Amino acid sequence: MKKITTILTATILASAIGAGAQAESHVDKAVAGAIAARQATMKLYAFNLGLLGGMAKGEVAYDAAAASGAANNIALLTQLNQMAMWPEGSDEMSVDGTRALSDIWSNMADVMAKGTALSDAAATMQAEAGKGLPELQAAMGAVGGACGACHKAYRAPEK
Amino acid sequence: MRGKILNIAIMLVLLTGAAAYLLTAPKRVDVATFAGLTGDAAHGAQVFNAAGCASCHTAPDAQRSDRPILSGGRTFPSDFGTFRAPNISPDLAEGIGAWSVIDLANAMMHGTSPEGQHYYPAFPYTTYTRAAPQDIADLFAYLKTLPPSATPSQPHDVGFPFNIRRALGGWKLLFFRDTWITPATPEAERGRYLVEALGHCGECHTPRNALGGLDYANWLTGAPNPSGKGKIPNITPAVLDWSEADLVEYFTSGFTPDYDSAGGEMAEVVQNLSKLPVEDRQAIAAYLKSLP
Ligand code: HEC
Ligand code: HEC
Repeated sequence: MKKITTILTATILASAIGAGAQAESHVDKAVAGAIAARQATMKLYAFNLGLLGGMAKGEVAYDAAAASGAANNIALLTQLNQMAMWPEGSDEMSVDGTRALSDIWSNMADVMAKGTALSDAAATMQAEAGKGLPELQAAMGAVGGACGACHKAYRAPEK
Repeated sequence: MRGKILNIAIMLVLLTGAAAYLLTAPKRVDVATFAGLTGDAAHGAQVFNAAGCASCHTAPDAQRSDRPILSGGRTFPSDFGTFRAPNISPDLAEGIGAWSVIDLANAMMHGTSPEGQHYYPAFPYTTYTRAAPQDIADLFAYLKTLPPSATPSQPHDVGFPFNIRRALGGWKLLFFRDTWITPATPEAERGRYLVEALGHCGECHTPRNALGGLDYANWLTGAPNPSGKGKIPNITPAVLDWSEADLVEYFTSGFTPDYDSAGGEMAEVVQNLSKLPVEDRQAIAAYLKSLP
C-alpha cells in the first residue's frame, strides 16, 4: 500500500513538473521566436549596411545600382511592423539571449521617436546612395547615429 | 641636550611640511605665453569637438545641438565618490563668463582654479595639459559664443579625505605628467596630439591604479567600466584587429566592421569625432595602428 502511494505521488509530481515545464517552454518559445525575429532584422540591416560600408570605406568599387539596392532594402526594413517582435517580458532581466533593456517598455514614446529618426535617415540614404560615393558616405553617418542613439539608450553592454 | 634634539625634530617636521606644501601648491601657466594669441572661434569649435567637452558639460537630458548649453549636471561615479560636471556656459554668475583665457588655461593645463584650488582629475586636465596654447585660445573664443545658462553648479558627493582639495596636490605630484605618453613617428604626430592632448581616450580605455592614477605602461589596453556595467575594450593593435578604414568608419558613423553600432559612452565620443575633418579621424586611426 505504502508503495502504491509513493508511486502515485511520484507520478502526480512528475506530471505536474511536466506540465509546468511544458507551460514554460510554451512561453519560452513565443519569446524566443520574437527575439530571434528581431535579431534577424538586425542581421538584415547589418548585411545591407555591410555592402554600403564596403564602398564607403573604399574596399569595394562604388556601384550606383548595388548601392541603391542595399539602401532600398534598409529603408524597407525600417517600415516593418515590429510590434509582435517586442513582447513584454522579453528583456535581458527576464530571459537569456537578449540585451534589450526593460526601459524599452517604459519609454515607448521615446523608442518610437528614435525609430522614426532611423526611418528618416534611411529615407535620405535611399535617395542619396545612387548619386555618388560622397553622397553615400555622407548618408552613412546619420544612419549610424540613429542606430547608435537607440543602442546607447536601450541595449545593455556586452558582458 | 634633549631640548636641542626636540628643537631639531620640530624644525625638521616644519621643513618637510613646508616642502610638501610648496610641492603640492597649485601651478599656473606663464601669462606671457598667451599675451600675443588671438582666439579663432571657428577653429575653437573643432578643438571643442575633439576634446569632447559637451559629453560631460551638457545636462544629462540635453538634446544634440550645434550650440550646446553647457549647464553641467552630469554625474561621474568613481571609487572616491560622485563628481558632477559644473556649469561652464558664458553666464556671468553661474558659468565662466567672467573668466579670462588665462583662467581657462590654468584649469585645463594645470587643474588649477582661478581661486588657486586644485580640480579633481574627473575633469581630464591630465590630458588637456598637453594641448597647444593656441588651441586653448581658440576654444576660449568659441565657448564665449555659446548660450549662457543660469543653472547653478551642483556640489560633488565626495567623502573625507578626498573632499580636501589641497590633498590633490599630492595626487598630482604622483600621477600627473605633461609629457607625451608614446613616442610618435612624424606621420602619427597629429593623431597622438588628438588622442593624448584632446580626445582623452585614455581616461576610459586605460586601467587605473588603486589611487585613480592612469597606468601608462598599459596605455589604451582596456579597463573596467567605472559605471560597473561592461568593460571598456582594449584598442591597441595587439587585440583590436580592425583596419584603418574600419576605424575611420567607426569614428564617422559608429559602425563596427560587423555593422553593429558603437554603444555606451563611446556613442557620444563618436558623435563628437564625426564632426571633425576626415583627416583628423584618419590621423587618430593611424596613431592607434602605430601602437605596440
Ligand atoms: C570626463 C568629463 C569631462 C570632460 C570631457 C570635460 N570636463 Fe570640464 N569638468 C569636469 C568635472 C567633473 C569638473 C569639476 C572638477 C572639480 O570640481 O574639481 C570640471 C570642471 C571644469 C571647469 C572648472 C569650472 C569651474 O567652475 O571652476 C572648466 C572651466 C571646465 N571643466 C572646462 C572644460 C572644457 C573646456 C572641456 C573640454 C576641453 C572639459 N571641461 C571637458 C568634467 C569634464
Ligand atoms: C567616456 C569613455 C570613453 C572615451 C573618452 C573613449 N571611449 Fe572608446 N569606447 C568606450 C566604450 C564604453 C566602448 C565600447 C563600446 C560598445 O560597447 O559598443 C568603446 C569602444 C571603442 C572602440 C571599439 C573597440 C571594440 O572592440 O569594439 C574604439 C576603436 C574606441 N573606443 C576608440 C576610442 C578613441 C580613439 C577614443 C578617443 C578619441 C575613445 N575611444 C574615447 C568608452 C570611451
